Amino acid sequence: MGKTLFDKVWDSHVVDAVENGPQVLYIDKHLIHEVTSPQAFQELEERSIPIARPNQIVATADHNTPTIDQHLPIKDALSRKQLQQLTENCKKNNITLYDLGHKYNGIVHVIAPELGITQPGMTMVCGDSHTSTHGAFGTIAFGIGTSQVAQVFASQCLLMQKPKKLRVNVNGKLRKNVLPKDVILYIISKLGTNSGTGYFCEYAGNVFEEMSMEGRMTVCNMSIEMGARGGMIAPDETTFNYIKGREFAPKDDNFDKKVAYWKTLKTDANAVFDLEYTLDASDIEPMITYGTNPGMGIKISDTIPRINDATFEKSLAYMGFNKGELLLEKEINYVFIGSCTNSRIEDFRIAATYVKGKQKAANVTAWLVPGSQQVAKQISQEGLKKIFEEAGFKLRQPGCSACLAMNDDKIPEGEYCVSTSNRNFEGRQGQGAKTILASPLTAAATAIAGKIVTVSEEIEEPELV
Amino acid sequence: MEKFVTLTSTAIPLPTENIDTDQIIPARFLKATDKQGFGDNVFRDWRFNKDGSTNSSFVLNDTSFQGSILVAGNNFGCGSSREHAAWALSDYGFKVIISSFFADIFKGNALNNGLLPIQVSEEYLKKLLTKITENPSTELTINLEQQILKTSVGEISFEIDSYKKMCLINGYDDIDFLISKKEKINAFEIAQHQL
Repeated sequence: MGKTLFDKVWDSHVVDAVENGPQVLYIDKHLIHEVTSPQAFQELEERSIPIARPNQIVATADHNTPTIDQHLPIKDALSRKQLQQLTENCKKNNITLYDLGHKYNGIVHVIAPELGITQPGMTMVCGDSHTSTHGAFGTIAFGIGTSQVAQVFASQCLLMQKPKKLRVNVNGKLRKNVLPKDVILYIISKLGTNSGTGYFCEYAGNVFEEMSMEGRMTVCNMSIEMGARGGMIAPDETTFNYIKGREFAPKDDNFDKKVAYWKTLKTDANAVFDLEYTLDASDIEPMITYGTNPGMGIKISDTIPRINDATFEKSLAYMGFNKGELLLEKEINYVFIGSCTNSRIEDFRIAATYVKGKQKAANVTAWLVPGSQQVAKQISQEGLKKIFEEAGFKLRQPGCSACLAMNDDKIPEGEYCVSTSNRNFEGRQGQGAKTILASPLTAAATAIAGKIVTVSEEIEEPELV
Repeated sequence: MEKFVTLTSTAIPLPTENIDTDQIIPARFLKATDKQGFGDNVFRDWRFNKDGSTNSSFVLNDTSFQGSILVAGNNFGCGSSREHAAWALSDYGFKVIISSFFADIFKGNALNNGLLPIQVSEEYLKKLLTKITENPSTELTINLEQQILKTSVGEISFEIDSYKKMCLINGYDDIDFLISKKEKINAFEIAQHQL
C-alpha cells in the first residue's frame, strides 16, 4: 500500500515506540512565544533539566504585545513581565529571540515561513493551535500544550499517537472574488467544527495547487477550526520558489539537494485515507460567519439557517441574530484585518486594491495589523501604505492584536467586528464583542461601506507600484 | 503529577456543546507566568455578569450542584491549545470531565495534568445529564484501573490509552520517559544527518 504525504513525513521522524502506545516523534523546529512557554521553562528549571536543543528553537513576542508605540515601555505590568520573562528565558538558554522591535519580529506563524525556517518534510511544533499554518509547505506542524513544550525542551521529541488521515479535495474553477479564506470557511461550514478531530488533513486538488503560499497558509491555518491537529499541502514549484533565497533557507547545492527530496513528498496514487471528502470549487462563494464557532458560516448572500437546537440558539442569542436573517446590509462599526490567518502581504494587497480611491466609512474603526515587521516594510515599499492612508486607514504595528484581544486591541462590548482572524468564539475579541469572520476583501469592503456588502467588481492582485 | 486511581463524587451538568478553551479561560487571564490560581477565572464570563456580580443562572453558581466531575456537551475543549484551560479546571477542583467528544489538544493537556477526560456515547451523556439535573445528589464512581464509570443510569467501560493510564495511576509524566530515550534520540539525529 502506498504512503500519504503525512505518512512519509511522520514515519521518517519516529525515533521509538511504546508497545501498544504512543510513538516518540522527533521535532525539527520548535517555535515559542511569551504566553505558553514560561511555565515550561519553569518546569525544567525546577527539575534541573537542561534544554536539549536550543539551536532548534526560535522565539518571538507576538500574543501579548501592543500594536502602537512599540518603542515605549509596555504599560500593562503583567504583559510587560511576561515579555521580560521570555527575554530572560531565551537569554539564559541561548535561544534565538525576535523580540519586540527586532526587524524579524512578528506573529510566529508569519515569521517562520517568511524567514525560510519552515521547510517541507519537517516536523514543527509550537504552543499555539494555529501552528497548522506551516503545513502549507508539506510540513507536519501542530499546536501543543505547555506540558508538551516542556517535553520538547527536555528531549526534542514528543510522545504522540499517530493521527488518522483525512483528505479534502477541492477541484474546479473558483468564482470571482473567492479567496483562500472563503475556501476554508466553506470547507469548515460543510464538514463541521469537530469533523477533523483525531485526523491530520491533506488538502488536494487544483484549487490548492493554484494557490499562492500565502493562500495555502490561510487554508492550513484554519485546519484546527474543524478539529484537525494539522493540515498539509504537497510541496511543489510554488513552494520551492517561495523558500529560495530566504534568510534561513538552504543555499546553493544544498538547496537543490533539498528540492530533490522535497519533490518526493507527495501522496502515492495507491495510498489510502481513513476519511475523504471532495468538494466542487464552483459551489464556493464569499463566506461570512454568523455564530460563535467557525463552522457556523454561510455564503455572504445567504440567510442564517433555521436550526432548532439549544446550543445553536444560545450562539445566535449571543450574536444578536435571528434564524432566517440576512447579514447583508448590517451596519458594522469595527473591522480587523490581521492575525496569523490573514496578515501577509497578499492580504494587504487585496485589501489595498479594493480601497484604492475610496474612503473608509465614518462609522468604522478599522485596525490593519501586519503579521510581521517584514510585512509592514513591504506594505510601505509597495505603496500600499499610502493607498490605505489616503482612504482613511491607519496601519498598526505587528502582533496577534484583536485576534485574541490579549493586549489593548479589544472590540468594545456589544459591537460587531468583521474580522479576518480565525475564531468567532464568544468574547474572543473582547468581552461581549461579536465576531464575524470573513476574507480580507470582504473586510475591506465592509470598512468602506460601513456595513456588510458583496463586492461586485472583480478584484485582481494589484500591479506592484 | 497527582495520581488518579478511583473517584466517587457528585457532578455538575453543563450541556452546552462546543465549549471552547476561550470560554474555559479567556485570553485576558493568560498573562501569568506560573500555573497557579487559574481556577478563580474558570468560565469567567459565564460565571460573572459584566458588572462583576455573580451570574446566578450559571450552573457553577447553583449551590445544589457540587462535586469534582464536570459533565459537558459534545466537543468539549475545542479551539486554542492553551493548557491554562486544563490548569483552570483542575485548580477549580475538577478531577474528571465527561463528554461525548473531546478536542485533541485539550484531551492531551488534561491527561498531562491528572485531569481525566472520559468519553461516553451521546446517548449515555444525554441520560446522565438528565439524571444529574433531576437529582443533583446522583453519585458517579470512576475506577481508572478497571476503566469503569458507574452511575445509577448504568455502568459503562471507557477507553484510555494504556500508556496514559499507567501515567495517571502512578503520577508519572512524559518528560522522564522521553529523557530515558536520550541515546535513541541521539542515534536518530546522527542517522538523519547522514541522509
